[in-house]
Amino acid sequence: MSEEASLETPVLQIENLHKKFTHVEVLKGVDLAMKSGDVVSVIGSSGSGKTTMLRCVNMLEDFQEGHIRIDGEEIGYLPGPDRKPKKEVEVARQRAMTGMVFQQFNLFPHMTALGNVTLGLTKVKKLPQDEAVAIAEKWLARVGMLDRRGHYPGQLSGGQQQRVAIARAVAMSPKVMLFDEVTSALDPELVNEVLNVIKALAGDGMTMLLVTHEMKFAFEVSDRVVFMNQGRIEEQGKPEELFRNPQSKRLAEFLKSAQF
Amino acid sequence: MLISVLAISLGTLLGVGVGLVLVYGRLVPRIAVRAILEYVRGTPVFVLILACYYLLSKIGIQLTAFQAGVFALTVFCSSHVGETLRGALLALPKGQMEAAKAIGLTFRQAFIYILAPQAMRQALPSWVNTAAEMVKASTLLSVIGAVELMLVTRQIIARNFMSLEFYLIAGIIYFLINFSIERFGRYLERRVALPS
Repeated sequence: MSEEASLETPVLQIENLHKKFTHVEVLKGVDLAMKSGDVVSVIGSSGSGKTTMLRCVNMLEDFQEGHIRIDGEEIGYLPGPDRKPKKEVEVARQRAMTGMVFQQFNLFPHMTALGNVTLGLTKVKKLPQDEAVAIAEKWLARVGMLDRRGHYPGQLSGGQQQRVAIARAVAMSPKVMLFDEVTSALDPELVNEVLNVIKALAGDGMTMLLVTHEMKFAFEVSDRVVFMNQGRIEEQGKPEELFRNPQSKRLAEFLKSAQF
Repeated sequence: MLISVLAISLGTLLGVGVGLVLVYGRLVPRIAVRAILEYVRGTPVFVLILACYYLLSKIGIQLTAFQAGVFALTVFCSSHVGETLRGALLALPKGQMEAAKAIGLTFRQAFIYILAPQAMRQALPSWVNTAAEMVKASTLLSVIGAVELMLVTRQIIARNFMSLEFYLIAGIIYFLINFSIERFGRYLERRVALPS
């Protein structure tokens, strides 16, 4: 029984998530569960709360109500009605359970590609330098950036920077990868090199939650697509069903305006 | 010279603290530091020096001219360094801290490995400027009788009346010191510049 239950434990579980920015409620009760190996894309117009939801998962935003669990572990807040935030060291440890890739890459400009990837391995995972370098080089090779390991971010194109940023995140072997509109800041001709890397990772069975405006990509890569609207999940399902046969009027309108 | 070196070093150390409080401090210490800072920056260094020597002795803190001089210039220097550092830290993109947190670094680690190295590069040119300012400000210490180049020059001139020659020599010495500081700063900037 208990073994079966643990098999059923979702890698990521979001329950009744509410988030307010001073007066505006941007998340009005979001529920989402992901099993190991799931690839879930979140679509929706800007301001629908997709990015905010993602940022709550690795505690870059606080939230006022609800629970987020990773592998059954409560994220961010201590149990109890007063919702005390967890200690900083604890939060840092929990953040390392997720890997985040940002729209603006956010590589550390004063470190080489290799340095960007090894930093977390040596400082958070406390691996010895040579082990960290071996892991980092493995992942840089995986994203096709091994030959640029000594380059600084300023010497790389946007697509190359984003691939290094992906390597930096996956090298920490997170339980869930979070992608926040990772191709939105890229020139059109650089989008595919990044999407291909993500596809390859999805093929490896990595659990991924993606916020994206790339409908075709969401269609191809996802096990499930979630449509968010005004702080709620309006509709979700397999990509074929959701895209071909939207149930809600809003999703139909959104897909039409996204010209899918 | 010793006064300047001491004041620049101590002032930089104190200034880093000031900058950190200004950016990350809790409300009360932040307001307190901000108030002192505004006061120091709004006061001529000359007044600050006199205050450190004469006013402090009124309230029972008897400093020698040397100590008072170092103290005044340190406070002055730290106000500049603090403000510079604050600006440099705030100018860093927010995404840097977020990316650092996202890989699991604590605030302390993020500051040491990510924010500080970038902020220092940003702040370096103004810091060099401040150092040169300090050397020039140290001339004012002659009024409280601290032994420094300007006072010595005036003493020499008082003996031999060769004012033009010795003021010229003092001027050249100041210039050489500050020129070296500036050159050294340029060198440092080139050393830490990021390839692009």
